[in-house]
Amino acid sequence: MSTIAEAAEAGAKPVAASRPVEELDSVVIRFVGDSGDGMQLTGNEFSRAIAKAGNDFATHPDYPSEIRAPTGTLFGVSGYQIQFASRHVFTSGDAPDVLVAMNPAALKTNLSDVKRGGMLIANSGAFNEANLAKAGYKSSPLDDGSLDGYRVYKIDISELTARALKESGLSKKEIGRCKNYYALGLMLSLYSRPLEKEEDDIRNKFAKKPEIAEANVLALRAGYAYADAAELFVTGYKVRTAEITPGTYRSLTGNHATALGFVTASERSGVPLFLGSYPITPATDILHELSALKHFNVTTFQAEDEIAGVCSAIGAAYGGALGMTTTSGPGMALKTEALGLAVMLELPLVVVNVQRGGPSTGLPTKIEQADLLQAVYGRNGECPIPVIASRSPADCFDCAIEAFRLAVKYMTPVILLSDGGIGNAAEPWRIPDPASLPKLEVKFRTETEGFQAYARDENLARAWVRPGTPGLEHRVGGLEKDFLTGNISHDPMNHQRMVDVRAAKVAGIAREMPPQEVSGPSEGDLLVIGWGSTYGSIVQARQQAVTEGRSVAHVHLRHLNPLPPDLGDIMKRYKKVLVPEMNLGQLSRLLRERYLIDVVQLNKVQGKPFKVSEIYDRILELC
Amino acid sequence: MASTLAEPVAVLSKKDFESNQDVRWCPGCGDYAVLAQIQKLMPTLGIPRENFAFISGIGCSSRFPYYMETYGMHSIHGRAPAIASGLKLARPELSVWVVTGDGDALAIGGNHFIHAMRRNIDLKVILLNNRIYGLTKGQYSPTSEMGKKTKTTPLGNIDRPFNPVALALGAGATFVARTVDADQAHMASVLKRAAMHKGTAFVEIFQNCIVFNDGAYDAITDRSVRDDARLLLEHGKPLIFGKNKDKGVRLRGLDAELVTLGENGVTEADLLVHDEAAARSSQAFLISQLEVPAFPVPLGVFRAVSQPSYETLNEELHADARARRGQGNLSDLFKSGDTWIIE
Repeated sequence: MSTIAEAAEAGAKPVAASRPVEELDSVVIRFVGDSGDGMQLTGNEFSRAIAKAGNDFATHPDYPSEIRAPTGTLFGVSGYQIQFASRHVFTSGDAPDVLVAMNPAALKTNLSDVKRGGMLIANSGAFNEANLAKAGYKSSPLDDGSLDGYRVYKIDISELTARALKESGLSKKEIGRCKNYYALGLMLSLYSRPLEKEEDDIRNKFAKKPEIAEANVLALRAGYAYADAAELFVTGYKVRTAEITPGTYRSLTGNHATALGFVTASERSGVPLFLGSYPITPATDILHELSALKHFNVTTFQAEDEIAGVCSAIGAAYGGALGMTTTSGPGMALKTEALGLAVMLELPLVVVNVQRGGPSTGLPTKIEQADLLQAVYGRNGECPIPVIASRSPADCFDCAIEAFRLAVKYMTPVILLSDGGIGNAAEPWRIPDPASLPKLEVKFRTETEGFQAYARDENLARAWVRPGTPGLEHRVGGLEKDFLTGNISHDPMNHQRMVDVRAAKVAGIAREMPPQEVSGPSEGDLLVIGWGSTYGSIVQARQQAVTEGRSVAHVHLRHLNPLPPDLGDIMKRYKKVLVPEMNLGQLSRLLRERYLIDVVQLNKVQGKPFKVSEIYDRILELC
Repeated sequence: MASTLAEPVAVLSKKDFESNQDVRWCPGCGDYAVLAQIQKLMPTLGIPRENFAFISGIGCSSRFPYYMETYGMHSIHGRAPAIASGLKLARPELSVWVVTGDGDALAIGGNHFIHAMRRNIDLKVILLNNRIYGLTKGQYSPTSEMGKKTKTTPLGNIDRPFNPVALALGAGATFVARTVDADQAHMASVLKRAAMHKGTAFVEIFQNCIVFNDGAYDAITDRSVRDDARLLLEHGKPLIFGKNKDKGVRLRGLDAELVTLGENGVTEADLLVHDEAAARSSQAFLISQLEVPAFPVPLGVFRAVSQPSYETLNEELHADARARRGQGNLSDLFKSGDTWIIE
């Protein structure tokens, strides 16, 4: 061991390992540690290294709502799971094959998820008396035999990192922060990945702090060298390259993809983007991303509250910008009245709800899909709003563009549902050629002849008029308006007509929806209908069931209001319909109500995504 | 837009700013006077009619936009400053006005009100203060005086009232003024000053509600007594008031004191001189604290200072970002960060 430490201390580049390499189809790794241990960073960096090697991947960050909980505590554990494979990957995986645990609390809270016989890499240096006590261990699980049945690797990452960096001149605290790169080095070696690209990345990332960059590079090399040379790992692993569509790729989280989609909508329409928003977990990253894009026609406004966020966006939309706001459940509740106003004003507006566990403050950093009925119905009066949902991180890009396409075409607010899972999770995104993306048609009315503020086109949309247009001065507002002029009207039949036409306008969106894509047999025993981030789990569960010879198909809905016009007919072609959702049955309710067809619910509200096996097991029970 | 630039700007009159909608305020409501003054002011500002936008919330005063032949929005309760902020940020070239009331601005919309003042975004915020809830038929408002009996305070109001001028000053507003509906000339001059100010301009207008709070401002509007009850602020002039112009306000320690000129050797030189342009708002705040019955009610411009407006700073940020990075293009944005090629 000393030779390795010496090599690392000297900053020497490790030589390639000579141990045998075993090929695997897929691997699930979970990095866990204190919320200040840098596990999210480690996970991110590892994903990128994996992606560059040509594997597909999906991730699931799982972190506490405390910013930096007291060290070593069970509630302060932060985790990052990644699945990478030689085939297309849809989820971050059910059970980790490998758990990298930086302290006893991290081991304790995650061990039950790990595959029996799986690999545990434990930072033994953190398994001291104090930390064991905080985690509620009476004796060290690394030594008391309780981990028999797992392949346990005790590596004193704290000490080895400190040794590698003893000449670095950094403080003890700063050195402590480098141990996540040591762990990353271990894993890169174990999975036969080269170091050079990662070293470049570190130097770029810490360009402003070169001494920290070099320390992290040293820690990375030390970890890599240790894994290469130590006889702990008798086998290295390699996951074959996946068959992926050729192209240039980058890793993208759902929130980042959402932001890129909105900028794209702005660029492809030639209309400036305006985001009015108030920070809220897990939606804030969209505000962060767009705030950094002031060299585009993008204005971001951090409003005084959620209500001002949506109201400023309505004001901007009135001014002729692509107005939007981003939030999560509790913020959505606050924006409700303003959404009613936007419906009355018939202005384009996009509202993103990156859902989290509710009700009330609920589980800010955990996943749930329980805001669907709120999105579809949650306003006073007859107040229809189109609702769409993204199914994966990369799909957020397409959905953001689709949201604005609908908003400007139909002159309506549109709700885009994402969730904390896809918002924070990353997957590879094939970078499109911007010129190949569809143009968004936006027309501002300037013609004064025959102008009526609420006259409608064939889609029942009224004209969008920018203030500043001579001769079209008019007033809008939240009071019921005359069918044509938009002036205040309390006439009973006019109100009936306006309520009807607002409903018909939104319902009419269904006309343009293409036939739903059905994966699997076009008729049979079971149809699984999903929406949002359950996509990956359902796809994999169905594929497994098909290999078992089951007759099962899958439809995943993007449009939730209105529902696709052919969905009822599709449902009738199967003996049973299963609807897995991370709520108590909200889509199930919408489907029953709309089609008078019963569905089988599969509901989970644990702040965690569905495991593939949970859906798979239910499929097998039903067909 | 291009066609209007080529043509000479038409000379507009008050009539051009009157919409075809019937005004539905109660006969005798103070709102009529405010509407007339603003319609009269508009053509004098040299701004094309189509570049005005009036945004309001809910309440009697918030019907205002319907009566203006400009762009306008009658929005939801209390939110007009937020909507107007978004509009102004998206369209800095527009002249954006917020018309609000004591309930709309100071109760349900209090948060948006103070933040608009704080940001110094170029909005004209006109608060019609009648110290009562009119549209809901007579409940006390955040500016109703202590002890006032209303439908919801049958035994007298125990809510301490806001002083809107003090609130705006406290929130950092760069232009703060007060006028009264019954004094057309004074209102006209104050509104004009507000219109010319770059940044958030706040004007409180004492407005009589003839149905639910009639006579609330008689003391300062009745010509026979008003000169003793009100103090007209003029920049650079000492604080003198009274029918005989013999009363004044002087500084005693950090507070104000009422004095009579000629008594106890007090001369004009002893009086506080109004400085609306002072960098700090401490003296304006002191003057805002003058209230009946101990003092006359100050009317006029309390504060008018020049500070960069929010939408200008925002435009500068964008210009700076473009200067440094060039106009953004999607292709570069998509490829920024870490990419890899699959062949």
